Order: sequence, then C-alpha cells, then structure tokens
Amino acid sequence: MSTQIEQQETETEADEETEPEVESPGDRRRAQRNERQAQEQAQREVEEETLDDEDTITLKVFRYDPEVEGKQEPRFDDFRVPFHKGMTILDALIYARDHYDSSLTFRHSCRQAVCGSDALFVNGRQRLGCKTQISELEDPVRIEPLPHQEVVKDLVVDMEHFYDQMEAVEPYFDADETPDDKLEEQRQTRENREKVKMSTRCIWCGACMSSCNIAAGDNEYLGPAAINKAYRFAMDEREGENRKQERLRIIEQEHGVWRCQTQFSCTEVCPKDIPLTEHIQELKREAVKNNLKFW
Amino acid sequence: MSQSYNRGTVEDFGRWREFTAGMWAWIFHKFTGWVLVGYLFTHIAVLSTSVGVDPASAQAGSDLYTSTLSGLESLLIVRFLEVGLLAVAVFHILNGIRLLMVDLGVGLESQDKSFYASLLLTGAIVVASVPTFLGGKLL
Ligand code: HEM
Ligand code: SF4
Ligand code: FES
Repeated sequence: MSTQIEQQETETEADEETEPEVESPGDRRRAQRNERQAQEQAQREVEEETLDDEDTITLKVFRYDPEVEGKQEPRFDDFRVPFHKGMTILDALIYARDHYDSSLTFRHSCRQAVCGSDALFVNGRQRLGCKTQISELEDPVRIEPLPHQEVVKDLVVDMEHFYDQMEAVEPYFDADETPDDKLEEQRQTRENREKVKMSTRCIWCGACMSSCNIAAGDNEYLGPAAINKAYRFAMDEREGENRKQERLRIIEQEHGVWRCQTQFSCTEVCPKDIPLTEHIQELKREAVKNNLKFW
Repeated sequence: MSQSYNRGTVEDFGRWREFTAGMWAWIFHKFTGWVLVGYLFTHIAVLSTSVGVDPASAQAGSDLYTSTLSGLESLLIVRFLEVGLLAVAVFHILNGIRLLMVDLGVGLESQDKSFYASLLLTGAIVVASVPTFLGGKLL
C-alpha cells in the first residue's frame, strides 16, 4: 500500500566505503543523494519515453467548480497517468494534479487509510483512494465524489451532515461512575474488548453512509457509521447500565436502527472491514430485549 | 460556504449503479411482497364473486364457480401467470427465511450466498412446476 515510488537502497554501499578523503558524512550523503537523484531522473526519463498504452492508465475524473465561470457545468476530464507497481487511486490523482492540472481538488492526508479523508466513488463503488490498487480496477478508472453528499468542488463533498449524525450518538466514552482516584485506569475485560474491537476501527470516511439506499432517502437516518459508533459505547461494559439505557434511547428513535433494511451495502464498502450490518442487527435485538418484558 | 452543485441524475443513478446481493434481495423482497398482496386481493375478489348456491347446476358441473375457474384455466396467459405467482411466492418465502436469519444474527457472513441459494432453489422449483401448470389440457 506504499504510496512512494520505490527507491534504491544505497546504505550498504555507503558502509563499505573507506575513502581516506577528508569528507564530512554530510557531504558524502549529499553526493550520494545527488547521484541517486540523477539516476532516478534518468530512469524516469527512460520510463516516460518508453511509455505505451500498457503502462498508462486513464482516469476519468468528475470536475465541477461553482466559483469559476465555465466550470460550473459538471464534466469529466481525462488524465493519462503512468502506472507503476503498487499505485493507488490516490497516487494517480496526485500525479494528475501535480503534472497536468493543479486545480484538480480532492482531500487526502495520511495516505495510509487512517485519516478517512479520501473516500471516493470509483468505478461505481465507494472506495478509499489510498487503499485501492489501480491494478484491481478496470481501465479507464472513473472517479467521482461520494454520492448523496453535496459537491463543494471536484471530488470534495460536504461532510457536515455525516459529522452531525456521528455527533448525534454522543461518540465519546462516558462512564456512570469513574474511579475515585483520577489516575486509576478503567480496565476492560479482554472479552469485552474483543466484542467492541472491530467497531473501534472507524475512520469517519463516510463511505458506508454514501452507499446506503436508506440514508439516501431519509436524511434523518443516523446511518451505519453513527450506529456503529453507538454500538462501540453501548457494548462497552465499563460505561454502566444508566448510560447504556440512554444510548439505547438514541438508537431506538424513529430514524435510528429500525430504518436499516439489511441491504449490507455499508458492510461491503467499509474500508476497515467493520461488520456494520451485524452491529446494527445486534443493537436492534438489544433494543427489543430491553423493551419486551413478559414478567 | 461555496454554493454546491446538486448532481441530479448522477445522484439518483449512483444509488443504483453497483448492486450487491443484499440490495437485489431487498428489491426482490419488496417487489414479491407487494405482488403477493396484489394476488391476495384478486384471489378474494374472483372467488367471492363466483360462489353461486345452486346445487343442481353444481351437480351438472356448470355452476358459476366451475365455469369461472375452468374459464380462467383455459387461458394460456393464466397458466403462465400461475408459474410467475409460484416463483414470486417461493422466492418470498425462501428470502423471508433468509431475512429472519439475518434478523437473528445467524450466518451474516454468508448472507450473499444464502440469497443466491434462494434464487437457485426458486428457479429449480419453478422449472419443476412447469409440467403441472402448463401440462393440463387447455379446456
Ligand atoms: C411463508 C411465507 C412468508 C414469509 C416467510 C415471509 C417473510 C417476510 C419477511 C421476513 C418480511 C420482512 C422483510 C424485512 O425484513 O424487511 C416480509 C415482508 C413482506 N411480506 Fe412476507 N412472508 C411470507 C408470506 C407473505 C405473503 C403471503 C404476503 C402477501 C400476501 C407477503 C407480503 C409481504 C409484504 C407486502 C412485505 C413487506 C415488503 C416491504 O418491505 O415493503 N408475505 N415477508
Ligand atoms: S464505518 Fe467504515 S465506511 Fe463507515 S465511516 Fe467508518 S470506516 Fe468509513
Ligand atoms: S488519505 Fe487518509 S485515509 Fe486515505
């Protein structure tokens, strides 16, 4: 999943060098770096010259800019990008932006599936740009902003609504009772940690919400990510019974868990492999068990 | 904030672009559920308007009920509709069982396989039923 172009390791050579010249280590490193860069440059030139159809991929990228006249009508731009092994969608977009059109706009930060800023609609499916290998996709690669969110510019969508839904479930640890000694740890059993493990992995990318048919038709629906967040805390035994009841009240409301129609599309697209539908279903059962009392 | 663009049809088509098993199952289940309700009402309407109380003609096999039903059965299109009804009902029942399992949290990892299994089984049962439905003489 590396986003770097592979670089030749030259350290071992450096260690063996025993030249008597009075040369600071810094000078040597700089000289080596220059040499390496020259090599890479030459290699790149050769590569770019021998570029043919097989070594390039075509990106079809959604473009739209409400602030520039002439770009207000959405359109698709084609970019031909040289392919290298291990290249991700994000790498290709960065290449296109740096080499062809600096106005091409998309969010990214960590490049390693941690920050959740580059969920995109690629070849008809929600995917994380930095976690999706180009080699897995059919050429041309069609890249659009996430569906069901307002487009701000090019591939950037407005995430505000998604964040609002996340906030609505009070996504923070909040125990009924905290230890008297403030420095005391609040330990969790191994079993309980296992139970919530997958649910803690969410990176707030919004892919799941974008893939959900129900969320598309019902703006008030909490959506898979928020419900998963609620699951993460409702199932945490350290919070205590009162807090759990409050959490269940939030997810039981009209636009909560009961809107889920088990289409599994969120589970299919989640880049962190969180079993979202499973968690939603478990909260449904939890809510029923909580309300049905026959004695 | 900058003004943002409502993608209209892109938005609507995006929603349906890539179907996964669970989404097909959902669409089919809705569709078959409502077809069954439609059939239920037609069924009640047809039967309730064809019950005549005339023992003599019933004896002779020419009462309203018999003639209505054999009239319907003599139409080829009705025979095909019956096969369709069976397909719809069988799929709804099988997928209904699948959904009950999903609700109980059983076998969620194989929800797609159980959907394909429902489809295959429905197909097999429908094919097996064809001789029964289409075989009888069109009176
Ligand atoms: C053994 C027979 C049946 C089984 C196991 C079954 C099962 C189910 C289940 C589990 C659902 C809920 C789907 C969900 O979770 O969203 C459902 C929905 C439905 N069923 Fe059935 N069903 C059966 C027979 C029927 C019949 C005979 C009719 C019509 C007369 C019918 C009409 C419907 C309708 C209209 C829906 C709602 C569809 C929607 O979501 O809009 N079902 N069925
Ligand atoms: S649950 Fe998965 S798809 Fe949804 S926001 Fe979190 S990481 Fe993204
Ligand atoms: S850039 Fe951070 S998740 Fe892709």
